[in-house]
Formats: sequence, structure tokens, C-alpha cells
Amino acid sequence: MKRFFSKSFVMALMAVVLGLLAGAVLMLVIGSNPASGYMYLFRGGLMSIERVGNTLATATPLILTGLSVAFAFRTGLFNIGAAGQMLIGGLCATAVGLTFALPKPVLLTLMVAAAVLGGALWGLVPGLLKAKFNVHEVVATIMMNWISYWTVYYVVPAYFKGAYLETESRKISDAASLKTEWLTGMFGGSYINLGLFLAVVAVIVIAFIIDRTTFGYELKAVGLNRHAAEYAGIKADRSIVMSMMIAGALAGLGGATFYVGYASNIQIGVLPTQGFDGIAVALLGGNSPWGVFGAALFFGLLHSGKGFMNAMTRIPPEIADTIIATIIYFSATSILVERNWDRLKRKVGGVK
Amino acid sequence: MWTIIAQVFPYAIAFTVPLLITALGGLYSERSGVVNIGLEGLMVVGFFTGALVISKLELTIPDTAIWLGLLAALAAGALFSLLHAFACVSLNANQVISGTAINMIAGALTVFLARNMTGSGNILIIHGLVRRSVPVLSKIPVAGKLFFTQTYATTWLVLAILIVSWFVLYRTSFGLRLRACGEHPQAADSAGINVYRMRYVAVMVSGAFAGLGGAIILVTYSGEFTGTVSGLGFLALAALIFGQWKPLGVLGATFFFGFASTIANVSQVIPALSGIPGILLKNFPYIVTLVVLVLSSKYSQAPRAAGEPYDKAKR
Repeated sequence: MKRFFSKSFVMALMAVVLGLLAGAVLMLVIGSNPASGYMYLFRGGLMSIERVGNTLATATPLILTGLSVAFAFRTGLFNIGAAGQMLIGGLCATAVGLTFALPKPVLLTLMVAAAVLGGALWGLVPGLLKAKFNVHEVVATIMMNWISYWTVYYVVPAYFKGAYLETESRKISDAASLKTEWLTGMFGGSYINLGLFLAVVAVIVIAFIIDRTTFGYELKAVGLNRHAAEYAGIKADRSIVMSMMIAGALAGLGGATFYVGYASNIQIGVLPTQGFDGIAVALLGGNSPWGVFGAALFFGLLHSGKGFMNAMTRIPPEIADTIIATIIYFSATSILVERNWDRLKRKVGGVK
Repeated sequence: MWTIIAQVFPYAIAFTVPLLITALGGLYSERSGVVNIGLEGLMVVGFFTGALVISKLELTIPDTAIWLGLLAALAAGALFSLLHAFACVSLNANQVISGTAINMIAGALTVFLARNMTGSGNILIIHGLVRRSVPVLSKIPVAGKLFFTQTYATTWLVLAILIVSWFVLYRTSFGLRLRACGEHPQAADSAGINVYRMRYVAVMVSGAFAGLGGAIILVTYSGEFTGTVSGLGFLALAALIFGQWKPLGVLGATFFFGFASTIANVSQVIPALSGIPGILLKNFPYIVTLVVLVLSSKYSQAPRAAGEPYDKAKR
């Protein structure tokens, strides 16, 4: 119980409440009823087994990009490049899926591996630049985002052009999709796919790495104080490169779950918003793997319910993004609350 | 070759100007010690406000509407940037996270409001700025053709702001104080400078300039609010670093980006360039930025205290 009411959990909860309040104010401003707005928003994400499946499918890439940002954060790195890593991961998975005709298990393994490698490469470059040349990772990952944007922009029409549209790739075959019949059937024909299991496995593995291994300890040490870590004999450069690579790999995996799981082709000219939402997920989840998992489910719910809300009321679907953005702002400024939190606790509960 | 350059030049300049003014805004903010990654969002705010004001007014007062729109964008950017200033200066929040939040709020909120008004989320303006040639100067051979024909008034406005900014930053006590806050805020404070106020002012200037940049996109080459400035704010941030946090460096860097992007956009119709794959041309500015950052990392002139919240207690 004590752990449940930990400081970071209360902070996160508060940010969510404030974000939802801000959303309610906006709904009032445009003359809609917030109560019915939120009712339709949540019903849109939860009212049937199919919609629950869609919520989970929407949350899947968010879990992975959130994990990516959170993992880099633990090493003191700000990975703003999850969008580009995710996109390039999606491209690699799509490329493999459209090129080879293999039995489903083999093909899916290859595709996921390609996505992970692509993402890792996109994380490796900023990692190396940071470690060797002290180039700020924020700028480097932003550049990498645009490089991946333009790469997809030219590679897809050149090699994987769709049947009707120049702006998207061909659809992958059923054998190359992370969707499976039994899972889709179980959730009444929703978008849910094997990516969810990959995401859960990733959460468990990352939680294990961070909390239970020497490697994870070293990464955290570098994140807390690079110089102290170096003094203690930890190779900080190596930790930075590894951390960015793993972060990139996670986002790349997220790309696979989106482009060959949720969707079945890749579009050009779009940086996936899940990459930036990943920052919000990581922040709200307090940069812990299971926190990320919970936050991603919540944001997945907002995103999957917004279409239904838009259909039933006249509230634009961007309300979901506004709420998410407000939540990050409030988590960033939660220090205001944090400052007073300890004082409050002393007053209420006495010193323990 | 000459005709190609003469043809491309006006487009390159039109593309450079919003980048330049936004990067210049970022320069104030970072020189005072606050990293402003929210430039992208602040540009969107200006883009939206400009479109809103101009589309409402242009039927009644067609000519002044554009300038009122630019002014409103400037004000809206400054106001919106207060969110960032409050988080970073007053609350010591992580500046990168706050900036990211600004970007997301701006992107979502403006489209939300625009969609509520127009349904599609796009706001069209009927008249943009008209390109004009500068009277006497456009007759100068070569330079006249490149710099003084077919220009937008906003280009001259932004260049004037650039010169004034250089003067303010390097030739006034305000500029010296501002730069001191970005290098060593504790020392600045002990010399009697109000670091918090200085940083608030600098962040607001960055918001105002970025807002103006967004509106300039609208009145020059876009003509329609579309909900995004497609990464120009981030590019401005990169140009700021590329230009080593100096006004003239920023001018060079933004012009490089403007010219490179324009070349990439028109490469298909230029015979000399159509052989080069588009993927290389489009990625060229980003790859060059990474290379330049690597090469200049040893001599980086970054403001020492940029990104660090100022804590009075730490001396």
C-alpha cells in the first residue's frame, strides 16, 4: 500500500487529473459538454471487446516508444528520435515482409529482427556522436528523424510502390502480418496483434536489465553522474552508445508492431506521432518499465476512443493530443508540487 | 547556371527568412541560458494566429490585415512562450521536456481550435504578401537581380531585426547582461542582474520571433494554415548550433539550409541536378549538420549555462 502511494505515482496521477481538467475546460470553451465528451471518449475505447482490442493495439507501439525514451533517460540521454527509429524499423520490417516468401513464423522473426536492427542503427549514430564527439543527442536524433523521413519518402515509392497510391507501400501479405487469426477472432476483428506480446516481453526484459543486472546498474550510474561513474571504472562512452542502441532497437520494434501489425503498409511523408507520444509515456510512467506500460495503456485508450467521441459529439479528435500534451507539461512542472509534497507529508503523517 | 541561380534565389530566400527569424529568437533564449526546443510549437502558434487574424480581417481591411496578422502572431508567440519561461525559469523544470510539451500543446491545440472553426482544420487566407522589387537598387547588375527584385517586405523586416539584434546583443548593456546570464548566472546575479527577469525576457523574445517566423511562412509561400511547420523549428534550432550561437553565423547557417532545401525541391527541373537522387539532396542538409557538429564539437561556443536551471542557492 505504501509503495502504491509512492511520490512518483501521486505526481503522475495529479498530472493526469490536471490534463483531463484542461481537456474539460477546452470542451467547455467550444461549447460542448465535458461529461458526455469524456463518456464517449472512454466508451469509444472500452465499450466492446473489439474496442478493447483496438485500445491494446494502439497502446502497443506506445509501450515500446515509451520504453525507448525511458531507457535512454535512465542513462541521462534524451531520445527525441523515437519517431525516426520507429519509422526506419517499420521500413525494414515492411521491406523484408514484401521481399521474401517464407513460412509465417520464420518471416515474422526475420521482419522483427530487421526492425530491431534498423532502429538500433538509428540509435547507434547519435550514441556514437554523443560519446565520441559530445554532439548533443537532442539535435542528433532530430536530424536522424528527418533522415529517416526522407529515406522512407524515396525508398518506398522506388521499391515497394502501392498498387494505387504513390504515397504508400504495397500491402503486406497475411503471412507477413503480426495479426493472427486466433487473436483477431478472439477480439471480434480488432487490430490487436502479436506486437502486444513482444511489447510485454520487452517491458519484462528492460525491467530486468535496469533493476537486476550490472549492465543496467552501470547505465543508471552514468545517467546519475557521468564523471563519478567514470571514476568508479565504468566506461561511460560505452554505456552511452549501448543505451542509445537499445533505445533505438525498442523504438524500431515499436515500428514493426505499428506498420506490420496495427497497419499493413507504410505511408510516406509522415513521422509517426507515437515517437513523440513516447516522451509523454515515459514521463508519465516515471521512466520505470511498468510505469511506462500503464501510461501507454492510458494514452492508447485516449487515442482509440477519440474517433468515437468525435462521431458522437462535435469535439475535434485533437482533444486527445491536447490532453496528452498538457499532461507532459504538468509532469514537467510537477516540481512545484514536489517541493511542497515533503512539507505536506511531514505535516500530515508526522516524521517517519 | 546563372539563370538557374537567379531563378532559385528568390525561393531560397523566402525559405530562409522564417528559419532565420526563428533561429534568431532561439539565440536570445539560449544566450540567456534557456534551451528552447519549443521553437517548432511557437512557430505553429504564430502560423495559426496569423491565419486566424488575417482570414477574419482581410475582407474588410485587405492591406493592413497582413501586418496586423504578423503583429498578432508576434504577440501570441510571446504569450505562449510564457509557459516555457514559467516552467524553466520559475520552476527549474527540465528545459528539454518543457520545450517538448510546448511543441505538443501548440500542435494539438491549434489544430483543435482550427478544426472547431473550419471543420477541415486548415485556414486559408486569400491574399499573401506581394513580391516587390526595390526601386533603384534592383537596377544594379548581378546583385540587383539576386537581392533586390521580387522581394517580400518581411525579408527586409527580418534583416533589420537581425542587425538590430546584433547591436543589442553586442553593443548595449542589456545584451551584455543577457549573455552573462547564459555564461555564468551566479556571477551575473552577484553583479546585480536579475537573472530570472532576464531569462523571462529572452524566452519571450524567442517566442515572439518564432511566432513571427510562423506567420511569415503563411504570408509568403504557404497561404494556408495546415497545423504544422514540418520541422522548420527544429531546423532553426540546428541552424542556431551550426551558426555557433552568433547572429551572423545563424544568418549563414539558415541561408545554407534554405538554399540546400530549395535546390532539393527544384532539382527535378534543373538538368544539371536531375541526375542526383532526391534522397541524397533531401538528406544533404541534415547530414551536413551532423558532420559540422562533429567537426565543431571541440570549439563549441555554446553558452556555458544553457540548459541549466538557475539556482540562487548554488554559488
